[in-house]
Amino acid sequence: MEFRSHLAVALRVNGRHHEVTVDARTTLLDLLREHLELTGTKKGCNFGECGACTVHLNGRRVNGCLILAASAEGAEVTTIEGLADDGKLHPVQQAFIDQDAFQCGFCTPGQVMSAVALLREGHAKSATEIREWMSGNLCRCASYPQIVSAVQAAALQEGGS
Amino acid sequence: MQAFAYGHATDIAKALVAGGARDTVFLAGGTELLNWLRLGIAKPERVIDIAQLKGLAGITRLSDGGLRIGATTRLNDVALNEDVARQYPVLSEAILKSASAQLRNLATIGGNPLQKTRCGYFRAEEGLPCNKRTPGSGCSALHGINDKHAIFGWSEACVATQPSDPATALAALDAVYVTAHRDGGRRINAGDLHTLPGDTPQIDNTLRDGELIVGIELVGAAPQSAYLKLRERESYEYAVVSAAVALDLEGDRIIRARIALGSVAHKPWRLAETERALAGVAVSNTSAIGNAIDVSFAAAKPLEHNAYKVQLAKNATARTIRLAVAKAPS
Repeated sequence: MEFRSHLAVALRVNGRHHEVTVDARTTLLDLLREHLELTGTKKGCNFGECGACTVHLNGRRVNGCLILAASAEGAEVTTIEGLADDGKLHPVQQAFIDQDAFQCGFCTPGQVMSAVALLREGHAKSATEIREWMSGNLCRCASYPQIVSAVQAAALQEGGS
Repeated sequence: MQAFAYGHATDIAKALVAGGARDTVFLAGGTELLNWLRLGIAKPERVIDIAQLKGLAGITRLSDGGLRIGATTRLNDVALNEDVARQYPVLSEAILKSASAQLRNLATIGGNPLQKTRCGYFRAEEGLPCNKRTPGSGCSALHGINDKHAIFGWSEACVATQPSDPATALAALDAVYVTAHRDGGRRINAGDLHTLPGDTPQIDNTLRDGELIVGIELVGAAPQSAYLKLRERESYEYAVVSAAVALDLEGDRIIRARIALGSVAHKPWRLAETERALAGVAVSNTSAIGNAIDVSFAAAKPLEHNAYKVQLAKNATARTIRLAVAKAPS
């Protein structure tokens, strides 16, 4: 087996190919923020406790701070910057605005990425289910009721479209 | 974080040879290991990423009707698997009450039981006395803040608990951990994976250096099983006490009960005496069930701040038995 303390990582982020040489300790979160300057993904606790760094890895939501960049070799990553379609906000982003689902906004990118995945997983059948499956995203402004409303609104829109 | 070298494993035999070297660790989901690296709990020279190893992920049926779950199967994929949810609801429920949706997309079923205690002294960034972190430095929790700590099986050296929900369910199900090692693998009964602290609290389990859990086997089926997790907030929190119960019933009579408690000891804590006392008891006989539960709690030794956990764990056991009874037989 070959071991490297620095290595080249190739991956696709928001549809664009990138190849970056990183220290082996670099997390996916730090690769996004420090190397690709995609600072929409937030570093909150850096311990997997807050969910602010939630991104999609090969279509599944994960904590960017808990995966090494090296482990994401060859992966398809989507961040908050990759959600809007040619300037038009994703329905979940629009629902967060419409429902007033944030105050300071620091946790919002992670909340939105988690909510987009939650809808795809089919876990928006009730407010209780939404709260349970959104519990990995903390909001210190406590916008939780509005966040649940935003997810419900987006789910309704999705169901109706 | 101390520097390390990263290796991507593509061949299990080579990974096992490399994993036998000093200061080398396996990386699967990473949800624990990365935090150990940040806190200095682990300071490896080499990290072997096994997450993409062929043949280690997925769920297959065994010839006796049981299931084999590959070690790198992600927690959500285990919990939401139809066969797991139908045959072993206790495991599915335990997983879905663990961590968060996004953590469960990373964390693996083989790695989760190897998580370390949540004791605040053990995880302290400033390096407080802790015999787990620094053998011989003392236990800050023994006479400190110990409201979340052990009520069974602790020692003067360590009063920490093992917090894994899946490991608690697997203990109740008599699961078998299948391992691989460069000198040959083995089968470890779930009850024998974790150790009690004794004089060596720095040791959490019976795995040898370089030994890798490659799968978990579950025999038969336990449709009348349930998991209850009691915690200080409704979701995304470690248990104060949890209970895993699997029942075999004949009519309204208990033929066999298997019960493991989580977050009460350094390992999932089976209530062996209670299980024996429950055999033959009618599920409607609440006083007999209560008496049976009391038998195993004769060994409980609460610390200064966690006496409440004794009654809480008794109540959790009784309630989880009722939850298991309410499940459909198959």
